[in-house]
Amino acid sequence: MTTAVLYDQLGPRGRRRVRIGSAIAYVGIAAVILAAALQLEEKGQFQSRRWTNLADPDLAEFLAKGLWANVKAAAVAMVLALVFGAFLALGRLSRTPALRIPATAVIELFRALPQLLLILAAAIVLPRYGFELPVFAYLIAGLTLYQGAVLAEIFRAGILSLDRGQSEASYSVGLSYGQTMRLVVIPQAVRRMLPSIISQLVTLFKDTSLGFAIGYEELLRRGKFATVSFGESLLQIYLLIAVIFIVVNIALSRFARWLEGRQQRKYGAAGAALAVTGVEDLAVLDSK
Amino acid sequence: MDAVFDNLDAFGAGLGVTLKLSMISFVLAMLIGFVIASFRVSPVAPLRAAGLTYVEVFRNIPLTAFFALAVFGLPKVGLNISFFAFAVMVLSMYTGAFVSEALRSGINTVATGQAEAARSIGLTFGQTLFLVVLPQALRTVVQPIGSLFIALAKNSSIASLFAVIELTSTFDLLTDQESATLPLLLGTIVCYLIITLPAGAVTAYVERRVAFKR
Repeated sequence: MTTAVLYDQLGPRGRRRVRIGSAIAYVGIAAVILAAALQLEEKGQFQSRRWTNLADPDLAEFLAKGLWANVKAAAVAMVLALVFGAFLALGRLSRTPALRIPATAVIELFRALPQLLLILAAAIVLPRYGFELPVFAYLIAGLTLYQGAVLAEIFRAGILSLDRGQSEASYSVGLSYGQTMRLVVIPQAVRRMLPSIISQLVTLFKDTSLGFAIGYEELLRRGKFATVSFGESLLQIYLLIAVIFIVVNIALSRFARWLEGRQQRKYGAAGAALAVTGVEDLAVLDSK
Repeated sequence: MDAVFDNLDAFGAGLGVTLKLSMISFVLAMLIGFVIASFRVSPVAPLRAAGLTYVEVFRNIPLTAFFALAVFGLPKVGLNISFFAFAVMVLSMYTGAFVSEALRSGINTVATGQAEAARSIGLTFGQTLFLVVLPQALRTVVQPIGSLFIALAKNSSIASLFAVIELTSTFDLLTDQESATLPLLLGTIVCYLIITLPAGAVTAYVERRVAFKR
């Protein structure tokens, strides 16, 4: 257990203190829940029809289509961002300044900007220059630019994290730069990066809800539409949407963790993942 | 570029709101993160469970959905505060979950021997945590916390969808008036870089000052 660092096995007095602490904590937690429940009750939010509306099959179908739109956007943006990110990473690692400098500039620029700004910019600027596209395309464009830059940094960190001896050894047996990358470095690096890539994809799934801003009919936007016809269930609909997103994301994160564990069992320390998960946007990689 | 220079005051105001929003939310997020992280390493089981629940909920909810729930939903249960206050609340609660995780992983990087040595000379749990473990943990979390501030400043743009006039909404509003959208975009990008680049530099500086090799 990780937390055991801070304290030993507790003695009788320590256990008593923990019991008292637990009792106080339970009372505190119960008080918070009770206060929230009383407030909801006072405002009539527990009236049954406000909740039974959520079981309405039309609403369920309407929202399910919204969730599907999130999945679709995430899938398309993911593929494009992986490709874009791979090119950016290779560019930044290249020994040719003509590739390295622009790739570095693009990565640093897009990482430093809010995704929402990129999405809005695509939706506002592109039509002014004659590119009238569906909102889906604007959303994908904004997501891909940002996520590609972040993924590029993950790729780069994964490649740099490999022991130098690997590439030195492959050069010494006469492989070229391209062969070294393709046959030796990238296959090993991908293994290490996989958990970080997947947790970045969880972030990407969350970020598809930014489509809300430009009228892309994803779950949240559809939820807002639904509150028009189910006005009395407004709070309940937003709660439901929050719960759906949280459940899907926790499931995706669990999958990432499972994959990480499997990798470590399979490849031992050499397959150990980069320890960059858990912090948003992973801007922690430069220390490598 | 006239579109930018004619609207410098609007950009200045937007930049100011984004900065204010980010800084207030960051201070609150640090406080929340500190409390939640101490819950998560506490020997008291219900506190650990409460901390874990908090982190799992707020790390996994899309910020836009959290904003919508707060801004549209909470007035229905009698919470009527300004849009700016809602934005501060949402951003600090959301970022607090990430701060808590950064602090906790910092605590986990401190060698076990440090806490054991502290206990063996008779320090209490509180003394071990505050005098020995946290000062060392804080050094390893400078970089992640700095990144979280930058992420927070970027995330604050979502407040523009919920009636806070900050940088991104300034850009959005100005493009309705001006035909030259590209210069406006460049101006907005520069404003964001004015926040994020120095924040990155400060983080790197602080890190160099406090970090040590283990």
